[in-house]
Amino acid sequence: MIELSDYLVLGAILFALGMAGIFLNRKNAIVLLMSIELILLAVNFNFIGFSTFMGDLAGQVFVFFILTVAAAESAIGLAIMVTLFRNRGTINVGDLDSMKG
Amino acid sequence: MIEQLIFYVFALVLLFSATMVITVRNPVHAALFLVLAFFNSAVLWVMAGAEFLGIVLVLVYVGAVMVLFLFVVMMLDLNLSQLREGFMKHFYIGVPFAVVMAVQMLLVVGSGLFAPETLPEARMPIPEDVGNTALLGSVLYTVYVYPFELAAVILLVAIIAAIMLTLRRREGTRHQDPGKQVRVRKADRLRVVNIPSARRQSEQE
Repeated sequence: MIELSDYLVLGAILFALGMAGIFLNRKNAIVLLMSIELILLAVNFNFIGFSTFMGDLAGQVFVFFILTVAAAESAIGLAIMVTLFRNRGTINVGDLDSMKG
Repeated sequence: MIEQLIFYVFALVLLFSATMVITVRNPVHAALFLVLAFFNSAVLWVMAGAEFLGIVLVLVYVGAVMVLFLFVVMMLDLNLSQLREGFMKHFYIGVPFAVVMAVQMLLVVGSGLFAPETLPEARMPIPEDVGNTALLGSVLYTVYVYPFELAAVILLVAIIAAIMLTLRRREGTRHQDPGKQVRVRKADRLRVVNIPSARRQSEQE
């Protein structure tokens, strides 16, 4: 039988992988966005696990809203990437220092 | 037993593809591995009884968001070697950080705080005889109608922001001016010319 801890462990490892992705790909802004997607997926795993094992529907409704906000976030993030590439010719995060004092 | 086996297989593929997303060199491959990760998560959600969310994850994420990612990755002409530099330097910071964080979270999960008997009473219990989709629908449009509207507004804001960010008026492109089109009058463009009708050769003689 699948336990609640299975879902929580999976979510924890996935979250750590997403955080590691943010550290490893410090230059590539697109992979940074993908790592954020992984982190949100990990959070959703926790919500779904608790929703199932508590028999409570509220967790699933919350996952629904997280998915909505994450989709909006990635759409705007990718639009920013496109604009950035058009203006600077790169998406290297290290080069984005035009607001540095 | 078989259920557990399926769970572990899909969880392992999920973790493998998540690892590939963050380590693979080519962003196109990273996006494709992210598709695999989302697909495996959808299967795991369906196994947990969240059928509607599993289908939504496949439709919205694999079908729309990841296609958008792939589209943008392929549209941009990325300098891979430049984006890749510093990977090993950050590797020695990022991996211990992630390992420490995972161990801490696993300690909390394994401490028995979340044992099934310690969980509080459900405020919105899931009845056995109603399907997952019908259940979510019945709650979403009644109890959560205000957050639902807010989510719609957030999506609208995202649409407008994405369009405004990427819209570009280039010099020299030809486009219609609806105001000019409406303002035009018959006299401005139409000239009636009186041309005498042609006659037969024989009549002219």
